[in-house]
Amino acid sequence: MSEFLKKYEGLWMFLNSPSAIVAAMVAIFIIMGAVFASQIALVNPYDLASFSLFDGLLPPFWQEGANVKYLLGTDDQGRDMISSILYGARLSLIISLSALAIAAVLGVGLGLAAGYYGGRFDIIVMRIADVQLALPAILTALLIDGIARGLLPQAIQQDLRVVVLTLAIALSLWVNFARTARASTFIEINKDYVHAAIMMGQRPMRIMFVHILPNILGPLLVIMTVDLASAILLEATLSFLGIGLPADSPSLGTLIRIGMQFLLSGEWWILWIPTVVLVALVVSINILGDFLRDIFNPRLR
Amino acid sequence: MAYFILKRIVQSVFVMVAVAFIAFSLFRFVGDPITQMTGVETSVVDQERLREELGLNDPYVTQFLRFVREMVQGDFGFSYRTRQPVANMIADRIPATLELGIVALMISLLVGVPAGVYTALKPRGILTQSILMTTLVGVSIPTFVIGIMLIFIFGVQLGWLPTFGRGGTVKIGIWESSFFTLNGWRALVLPAITLGVYQLTLTMRLVRTEMMGVMKSDYIRFAMARGISMKRLHYKHALRNTMVPVITIVGLQFGGVIAFSIVTESVFQWPGMGLLFLESIRFVDIPVMGVYLVVIAFFFVLVNLIVDLLYFAIDPRLRTKEAS
Repeated sequence: MSEFLKKYEGLWMFLNSPSAIVAAMVAIFIIMGAVFASQIALVNPYDLASFSLFDGLLPPFWQEGANVKYLLGTDDQGRDMISSILYGARLSLIISLSALAIAAVLGVGLGLAAGYYGGRFDIIVMRIADVQLALPAILTALLIDGIARGLLPQAIQQDLRVVVLTLAIALSLWVNFARTARASTFIEINKDYVHAAIMMGQRPMRIMFVHILPNILGPLLVIMTVDLASAILLEATLSFLGIGLPADSPSLGTLIRIGMQFLLSGEWWILWIPTVVLVALVVSINILGDFLRDIFNPRLR
Repeated sequence: MAYFILKRIVQSVFVMVAVAFIAFSLFRFVGDPITQMTGVETSVVDQERLREELGLNDPYVTQFLRFVREMVQGDFGFSYRTRQPVANMIADRIPATLELGIVALMISLLVGVPAGVYTALKPRGILTQSILMTTLVGVSIPTFVIGIMLIFIFGVQLGWLPTFGRGGTVKIGIWESSFFTLNGWRALVLPAITLGVYQLTLTMRLVRTEMMGVMKSDYIRFAMARGISMKRLHYKHALRNTMVPVITIVGLQFGGVIAFSIVTESVFQWPGMGLLFLESIRFVDIPVMGVYLVVIAFFFVLVNLIVDLLYFAIDPRLRTKEAS
């Protein structure tokens, strides 16, 4: 295969996979909406003065009694559903992406070092990973949240909810990165270019991050997408359980929890519209993750 | 073989000690146990006396060893919130969670294994393609959304099944079971499906991959060449070798089932350990949190240990490899 084709093979495969294209479009649509939430949204759902109870419980535009101003209806407080969802998706994405970044830096750093140095350091890191794996991610996250509740003074707890939630998710996801980075480093470390770098007397830090890291990025990128989906799900689940964020700054999970109260009454849109957005976001990211895995794993082609 | 078993047991003990240490640190360092146990009006002198009595001034190592000894003896301390022994609170909730988890695992295996075999044997069929697509969507839908959907369809719209609680239970000794009343079974259906769906997709995907690998192996080709009927070939020769890894995933899934039972129990107000754990987090009831952690880790380690030993007993290849 020519150099040119090789370079753009991934793009070519992408253009030939309708499901990947649709998934990318859905994900980009939601992410753009979240990024420009404050520009697009009709009202600011965090600002009590910007909406009124008189507009409460309006249905979406295709149902009778709707107000075209609120295309997807309003909740019981009179908040525009679209605005709530845009801001909610923004908060969900901010938390998940920062958690993922922290998990990636921590996990890749520890994994690289464990693979590079081996020996006692490797054993310690992997034993910690073992213990962590004995506890499923959601349990770890809940536990960290509980500890934070016990340790932090009451007064600042509400302000730190987002930070605690982010850290809880990050600390329950780092193991995947660490194990993948370690396994790949073990393979790379016996290659000639690493030997050459060691012979030239380069510092370990430089060898790890400048030489080895770029060569193991492929599998890490796959973990990244898969874990982004996990992080979004984890955040949504914690918020749904009422452990995550307070009700006045709702993420997608909180919106669904609030919507649960309307399960028995007729106001279906308050529950189902945020649910559909959450599921669409996660499904499309998972499809993209599967697609990336196929690209980076030639064995499966 | 003895060496292998010993190594696995040592590993398990290590995990348990680590978890016990986490639970101990929780109890000792997150909030002061004395202020939690006593009221505002307790004098400083009394507080100090209680501290001395409980041995909270001893060296940390002594305290940790005492903590472990008490745990092993089944003395789990008292809840900050209800002032009752944590051991009783947890014991009351164990049957609900275990019954839910077992039924969910059964669903996952009884549906997942046949579906995996089918999709492996007919990889190009339309049914296979639609099953695979459904599972991809299935893993992306959060557990609580599946629960809400089931409640909405079967509980609210159709009104066929109850949507919260355990229904009728029968008490056998200390075990409160919902297996013996129709009401109990009806209440079990929706939560068990909710909990089982995610595990089902995992089982199916794994069985499919394994089965496809086995079908390509030499001994299957040889059996084909011998003219053995396809049915016998698939179910006697191929499936048997696929089953070995399936046992392992049961062990791995157990942890997932227990963890996600927290979510399922919250959606369905199922009175199990998960719901208790959520309440204890909300009220920062540290002793209950710690004990929940230890109990869950214990089940998890135990199941995984048994699975590993089973694996070893079932697959003769592992034994020879270890011996050589």
